Amino acid sequence: MSRIGLLSLQLLVAVVALALWQFFSTVPVFGKVWLPPFFFSTPIDVFSQVIKWFSTGVIWKHLAITLWESILAFVLGSAAGVAVGFWFARQPRVAAVFDPYVKMINALPRVVLAPIFTLWLGLGIWSKVALGVTLVFFIVFFNVYQGVKEVSQTVLDNGRMLGMNERQLTRHVYWPSALSWMFSSLHTSVGFAVVGAVVGEYLGSAAGLGYLIQQAEGVFDVAGVFAGMFVLSLFVVLIDMVVTLVERRLLVWRPQAVETQA
Amino acid sequence: MDELSAQAVALDDATVAFRLSDARTYTAVEKASLSVAHGEFVAIVGPTGCGKSTLLNVAAGLLRPASGSVKIFNRPLAGLNRDAGYLFQADALFPWKTALDNVAIGLEIAGTRRAEAHSRAQDFLVSVGLGAFAGRYPHMLSGGQRKRVGLAQVLIRHPKILLMDEPFGPLDAQTRQIMGNLLLDLWSADRKAVLFVTHDLEEAIALADRVVIMSAGPGARIIGDWRVPLARPRDIFEVRLDKEFHALHREIWSVLKAEVMKGYAQSTGGA
Repeated sequence: MSRIGLLSLQLLVAVVALALWQFFSTVPVFGKVWLPPFFFSTPIDVFSQVIKWFSTGVIWKHLAITLWESILAFVLGSAAGVAVGFWFARQPRVAAVFDPYVKMINALPRVVLAPIFTLWLGLGIWSKVALGVTLVFFIVFFNVYQGVKEVSQTVLDNGRMLGMNERQLTRHVYWPSALSWMFSSLHTSVGFAVVGAVVGEYLGSAAGLGYLIQQAEGVFDVAGVFAGMFVLSLFVVLIDMVVTLVERRLLVWRPQAVETQA
Repeated sequence: MDELSAQAVALDDATVAFRLSDARTYTAVEKASLSVAHGEFVAIVGPTGCGKSTLLNVAAGLLRPASGSVKIFNRPLAGLNRDAGYLFQADALFPWKTALDNVAIGLEIAGTRRAEAHSRAQDFLVSVGLGAFAGRYPHMLSGGQRKRVGLAQVLIRHPKILLMDEPFGPLDAQTRQIMGNLLLDLWSADRKAVLFVTHDLEEAIALADRVVIMSAGPGARIIGDWRVPLARPRDIFEVRLDKEFHALHREIWSVLKAEVMKGYAQSTGGA
């Protein structure tokens, strides 16, 4: 299928879905409106809400805060995940000691930590960053841990035979291998950074996309909720595109770049 | 014993055993004695799974024999063999480095400045016929090209001993012959001691000064040692048509065949 053909079919799906939504939420069929606007709003209302946010500029502040929280959560979580994953993989004894605790914390649904973080760090951005960090950390940690442990024995032997000492093996073999595993989990970890930020905002904050959605929900403004979700999904798609670009750049030596999972 | 003093590699009664998961031991190689003189090209041939690679790993210092001794230039080997370059059977290039960086790394870790290491690496890439591929990553190269990079990676450090573990095994027949000729060309320039493991008898005779035959494992032994009387420089394509080549091939094959059949029976019989 040609690019244009595919694109027009994709657009058609959106148009049909929106048209059905608009129709059933405004026109009575058999004497009944099947999607009452109080519960479902209408595409036109949702769209005008989005336009209003962007035209008045209200949205930018919230977007910036959510973006900032996501970036901080991603950077801090990844840094910690790489460091600890690397350490554990190179020190099997440390890994063995901490293993049950890592499993315990990872098994915990992270959302229950949100109130604790709010209590400790307040309603500002740091409680959201903390929540995102707990999500990102484990993804990166497990990937890096696995990556370092599964470095090809032949490549290691080759490094040794070429005269590398342990420090040089770390720099030229273990480290690039660990980073490549971190990069290959980039989509997932960036996604979770955003989830941490938005869920944190939703559970208690004064700004951000999660806050917008929560506020709208609080006053039964269904159009506002949908508008918030729409902006959020655009935001995530944009971030994902940036991640794909970064990934292509970083993993140029990989046989095939990891495909984006939608 | 005088003759021994010039040996680049000397294994004496080396036995290599592995501990299996159920606490039994598996003896891979039993009492192998083998020496490679300075500048000599020795090929080890044996059935699959007979412990040829094990013997090579012992010479490299990657494995320690359970008993017996390993001497490198008359000194007992402790730890890794720093005089040896090792060309592995499997892909051993660093996948995150370009061909140029893969070749230069051996110099860089020894303290050569990056620019200097790169310019020498480029020369080596040219010598293996890959001058135009310096910027490619390993996955962008064919199997034969990767072996060329591997060869340059090992040779740039000018090792006194070259250990090769079925280096051309995964390549197709024509590429193997081309690589064999390339290897002989590069080797004739400075005549390192070479220990070359292969399961291909023709390849062994065509390349080597001496062909050593191993028996089927477990407890593989060295059961034959032939000198190859073919003149150098050789051309791998031509040498196979030589009468002496055929006579030697027949003679060695008569010994090797029984071992190959034994090895084959073991690998299929589920012993």
